[in-house]
Amino acid sequence: MNKVLEKFVESLLKMSSAVTGITVLLIIIFLFKEGLGLFKSSTVEKGYTLVVNTQNPVNRLTSVEIKEIFDSEIENWKDVGGSNDDIRIFRFDEIFTMYSDEELGDGYSLLPQKLGEIIQSDSTIIAFLPLKYVPKNMSGIKELKTDIISISDFFLGTTWLPTATPSALFGILPLIVGTLLVSFIAIIIAIPFGVGVAIYLSEIASEKVRKVMKPAIELLAGIPSVVYGFFGLVVVAPIVQKVGGLTLGETAFTGSLILAIMALPTIITISEDALRNTPKAMRDASYALGANRWQTIYKVVIPYASSGISAAIILGIGRAIGETMAVLMVTGNAAVMPHSLFESVRTIPATIAAELGEAPGGGTHYQSLFLLGCVLFLITLIISIISEKISGRKIIKE
Amino acid sequence: MIEAKNVNFYYHTFHALKDINMQIEDNSVTALIGPSGCGKSTFLRLFNRMNDEIDGAKLTGECLINNENIYHKSVQVDLLRKNVGMVFQKPNPFPKSILENVAYGLRVNGINNKQLIEEKVKESLTAAALWNEVKDKLHKSAFELSGGQQQRLCIARALAVSPSILLMDEPASALDPISTAKIEELIFELKQRYTIIIVTHNMQQAARVSDKTGFFMYGELVEHSETKKMFLAPDKTETQNYITGRFG
Repeated sequence: MNKVLEKFVESLLKMSSAVTGITVLLIIIFLFKEGLGLFKSSTVEKGYTLVVNTQNPVNRLTSVEIKEIFDSEIENWKDVGGSNDDIRIFRFDEIFTMYSDEELGDGYSLLPQKLGEIIQSDSTIIAFLPLKYVPKNMSGIKELKTDIISISDFFLGTTWLPTATPSALFGILPLIVGTLLVSFIAIIIAIPFGVGVAIYLSEIASEKVRKVMKPAIELLAGIPSVVYGFFGLVVVAPIVQKVGGLTLGETAFTGSLILAIMALPTIITISEDALRNTPKAMRDASYALGANRWQTIYKVVIPYASSGISAAIILGIGRAIGETMAVLMVTGNAAVMPHSLFESVRTIPATIAAELGEAPGGGTHYQSLFLLGCVLFLITLIISIISEKISGRKIIKE
Repeated sequence: MIEAKNVNFYYHTFHALKDINMQIEDNSVTALIGPSGCGKSTFLRLFNRMNDEIDGAKLTGECLINNENIYHKSVQVDLLRKNVGMVFQKPNPFPKSILENVAYGLRVNGINNKQLIEEKVKESLTAAALWNEVKDKLHKSAFELSGGQQQRLCIARALAVSPSILLMDEPASALDPISTAKIEELIFELKQRYTIIIVTHNMQQAARVSDKTGFFMYGELVEHSETKKMFLAPDKTETQNYITGRFG
């Protein structure tokens, strides 16, 4: 009877670990499957195309050129390799101001014909049209070839305009820089405080102080991040604005401050454990050689605990990089390349959280957000691997 | 000369050492034996004041080194510990290189002259019979050494600050027989220049290495005499029983 029960429990445990493993795998596969589809898509919005006159020597436009043409930043064809003529932008809607509904025929059956005539008559025109109204088999017009989104455009592009028409831009560099900048500064702020408090708690504080402080710090880790975000928005941002004399308090630095506070409990508790785990024999050996307490702390205890402290710091960084809500609330959410700490930025997690709700399922915007998720996943994966390596480093050869 | 006069020691209410009187001559080896918890390690640690760190510890009586009470207010503990080196039960090298382990005591005492440190390191490692084994890997981690080598490194580390007294708290109990033999040989060598007090559970070891032996039981010094006499013809029946293995 007991044997049967044991077998049953064993298979139950096996099953739950299998389910967990498969779930993790499925999430990763899902993430990458949705994300990597982006690199096969055109930058031009799905179901639309760009059409020009055949006399126009330009056959291909990059997504940046398309954006600049439609933003009227490029106004002459010669800037994109064509003749020296002003560009005339033709938006689909204009057709309805030129012709009445009757003239366009029943169910707009004459619409492609009319559009074709307009394009035929003007060699400087560029028209942004829905695919289904593009005139078929008509001489004098041609569709422009556009870019497929490339890996380098995605990772090295400096403009994040995923909803721009006719051509979206998916440069995630500002988001990566924003994420790393906010996290890096946060960790720079958090390390001295965190390690300092850990040393104080493990080496200097009396047992009474420790008994109060440690649970209080652990409590900090349990506060929901939206509360930190609210605190940052209402308290920290105005202070940063005032002290820095800025027009806006929601900056990268504000985000760093909040993240630093959020990373502190991790850094403190793990470093403190590492410091306290330094064997008494090490301290005794140091004291027995005539070292005083400070010499013992910084020459023996800290070096001994260094791998634990590094692991604590890296876990703190992991927490900072993945944090979404608080950063979303206090960094001002401008997806542009930051030039200083006191500008608004946007991080990868904040971008995903803010935009996923508005991105139509399966579209390029949606896919690009998933790819951002993959990038974040890889960053945190690298961090966990490093932390595993460091904390697993054997100090004592038994 | 080392001397304990009417020493009583308490951990909170526990009376760990009871009225101990003992004299130890220079350049001799004294073994402290006795059953676990008898107070021999506590007694050993009195002489470099390692018991100071313990919560609730209280001492009465006098501990004298060269007729100076080492518990007097004017005594600086770090200087005392420079003069009274200690080797612990388990090898406890620092997570540093072999060189830095030996140099540690010099550095914390403000010596940073590179040449002087290198000389001292060589001298100490030679004295601890380890130099030939490690001279080519001084910058390697101390943890790469075997247990016996680590313990000799710890002895070298204690010797580097030029003490005159060496306290050893069961220095070979965590080692294999060959390493133990090497440590015992070393103790014999070191006797020429240092006064050594060694706590041991191993009776044969006490008989092999020491000139005099003190037998502790329940916090009392039961007997203290020449090692030969103690092991051949002890005065007290308790000693006799302990040595012959009928007790403890």
